[in-house]
Amino acid sequence: MILKMAAVRRMMKLYGLGFHAIRQQTSLRASRVHQQRAFHVNGAQRQQPFDSSVEKPQFPGASAEFVDQLEFIKPNVISGIPIYRVMDRQGQIIRPTEDPQLSKDTVLNFYQKMTLLNTMDRILYESQRQGRISFYMTNYGEEGTHIGSAAALNPNDLVFGQYREAGVLMFRGFPLDLFMAQCYANADDLGKGRQMPVHYGSRDLNFVTISSPLATQLPQAAGAAYALKRENSNRAVICYFGEGAASEGDAHAGFNFAATLECPLIFFCRNNGYAISTPTNEQYRGDGIAARGPGYGMMSIRVDGNDVFAVYNATKEARRRAVAENQPFLIEAMTYRIGHHSTSDDSSAYRSVDEVNYWDKQDHPISRLRHYMTAHGWWGEDEERAWRKQSRKLVMEAFERAERRLKPHPDLMFTDVYEEMNPGLQKQKESMWRHIQQYKEHYPLDLYDK
Amino acid sequence: MAAAAARLLLRSVSSKDPVTNIHASLHNSFGVTLLKLFPSCTFKPKTQKRHAAHFTFHPDPVPTKYGSTMKMNLFQSVTSALDNTLSSDPTAVIFGEDVAFGGVFRCTVGLRDKYGKDRVFNTPLCEQGIVGFGIGAAVGGATAIAEIQFADYIFPAFDQIVNEAAKYRYRSGNLYDCGNLTIRAPWGCVGHGSLYHSQSPEAFFAHCPGIKVVVPRGPIQAKGLLLSCIADRNPCIFFEPKILYRAAVEQVPTEPYLIPLSQAEVLQEGSDLTVVAWGTQVHVMREVAAMAQEKLGVSCEVIDLQTILPWDIETVCKSVVKTGRLLISHEAPVTGGFAAEISSTVQ
Repeated sequence: MILKMAAVRRMMKLYGLGFHAIRQQTSLRASRVHQQRAFHVNGAQRQQPFDSSVEKPQFPGASAEFVDQLEFIKPNVISGIPIYRVMDRQGQIIRPTEDPQLSKDTVLNFYQKMTLLNTMDRILYESQRQGRISFYMTNYGEEGTHIGSAAALNPNDLVFGQYREAGVLMFRGFPLDLFMAQCYANADDLGKGRQMPVHYGSRDLNFVTISSPLATQLPQAAGAAYALKRENSNRAVICYFGEGAASEGDAHAGFNFAATLECPLIFFCRNNGYAISTPTNEQYRGDGIAARGPGYGMMSIRVDGNDVFAVYNATKEARRRAVAENQPFLIEAMTYRIGHHSTSDDSSAYRSVDEVNYWDKQDHPISRLRHYMTAHGWWGEDEERAWRKQSRKLVMEAFERAERRLKPHPDLMFTDVYEEMNPGLQKQKESMWRHIQQYKEHYPLDLYDK
Repeated sequence: MAAAAARLLLRSVSSKDPVTNIHASLHNSFGVTLLKLFPSCTFKPKTQKRHAAHFTFHPDPVPTKYGSTMKMNLFQSVTSALDNTLSSDPTAVIFGEDVAFGGVFRCTVGLRDKYGKDRVFNTPLCEQGIVGFGIGAAVGGATAIAEIQFADYIFPAFDQIVNEAAKYRYRSGNLYDCGNLTIRAPWGCVGHGSLYHSQSPEAFFAHCPGIKVVVPRGPIQAKGLLLSCIADRNPCIFFEPKILYRAAVEQVPTEPYLIPLSQAEVLQEGSDLTVVAWGTQVHVMREVAAMAQEKLGVSCEVIDLQTILPWDIETVCKSVVKTGRLLISHEAPVTGGFAAEISSTVQ
């Protein structure tokens, strides 16, 4: 009863001070002026005005001419939407005007982030195999999609991910300690130890916490983009997903809403060839995901996901236009999932080792960038050796620190279900503690934070 | 005679007391079961209206503590709450199917003209999209008010509600939440709604910690509870009894006011039996309580639960301790209905 009264008092206070002043947790609203932004269709074509005097179609549903020959449109899957790339497989720039001409420091940073991610993946995958963490998902082969796209965004652009975008978080500066903390579910975890490993999230870095259900983030990203559009904050939203998740109903909902509601949003599809064991020819029959974009009235492009510059260029331009023109962009980054789906998967059950080796050895985002850097004289054997040693040391130190940390306090099982503690949950918590007190020899309380 | 009986068969679907009036039934050559009426029944075919409701709306007394009032029906009280919200909260947006022109139940009439097409807008026909978009808008900082056209169609959004909205705060360690999301949906039987315009799905959501589920019994409650849902920092589902949209008329305060969530209201005190209901059924139970008092000399304590989740266990239990008996009445299916939760907790 006391809790409810406090809640009522708080609500009455809310009204006294003005509805919006307290609620907002992102703290953007209170200081922001809500300008009356002109809401009109920018990129999309409009219907012709209704005119029944002419012998042209007047249907509200489509803007098209008549045709008097019966012919079905044949979907083009043999020669699909072409794949934009900047570098060839040896890291050579193909068309000099497409070279983003990034500085040495920037490119070195790209390389170091991709390799640091790779090193962390190797160590954490191993740690799962050794029973130290419960589960892990690697990003092998897709590092280019993460770093290229993350680099093209502003730091305050909002990121919605699926689960294989750790490089985006790493690029933004998420510390190794916090990656480890989440995987170990220890007391330092920002998520309070509640989720399976790799379900990262960060408020400071504008990376919305990962959830396991697939494609749920697509319509959410559209909603967030709409809210940011109304705030006039020059922020974009990027939404990552795999080609498998793109089959979900939520993906269709996300695309359609983003297009009709004119949201400043980039849909970034990592088409890596597999959804666990399901290859793309069992996932869709059309020309991948990029071909669906025009069906929604959306600007679309397909890029070489293993070419970090192509990803960078496409994302940069998409971001600029999405915000300037209030329309969504669809980028389908073609890549390959070199690793298993997760530590619960052994992909040799459904694909050949030769196929995996090709991508690992001959078309890898990290080696392609290294060739580019070597050709510019920015990197060599010595730097590579030194960096490998240093990155491994950084990861191992974070790993050892994380292992030693205590787990979160058991009370945290019961908080944040609602914003306020609930009498029912309070009772459950007390019941749990009574049980633990009675049978304390069965519960490893020493492992948990006090 | 057969034709008149057939007409009566159709009308009895929405009549007050169909079961007790059936004394016999006969089959004619077409295989249709006809109701045969006896003189003792209370049916009056000549004055029978097509949409006679199964209840009489019991209006609340005029509230005095929230300022001046205006006569409003339920949909108008919802419009008033939404109007107050759009006026005081610049980030508030209302969206769903057909809300732009005013909504299929007139709940959003006038709001688009008053507040702009960026704030009151139609979405494509996709409930999972509406709720997903609403969650995202809330995460992005807006006060998101999503409308699902009928509670019967909320199921495509079940994943977004249960797996996403309800768990957003918990799973992120309170880094992110969608507390600014409110979902509204017309709820409950209306007489002719049949399978897909009459459902009361509150029990499905009662099993989901992290969201709140609220059902008002009339216009005054609707406005106050809806404003509380909007103010509440948890995602809320607000079910609006559609049969009350026009039928329920009360004097509703024009200024905003809050009726607290998770507080059941004792509408009348009694000593012999605790009766719990929500939404339309509250009015049926008020009539039942009056009949019980008159015909059986039984004194009923009538409680409107108002919030289904988290529900006010204390008020109900306190009442049952006093009376020793509990009756719960709801429109939803019996098995696994919310009455099961209440009765097992009280036991």
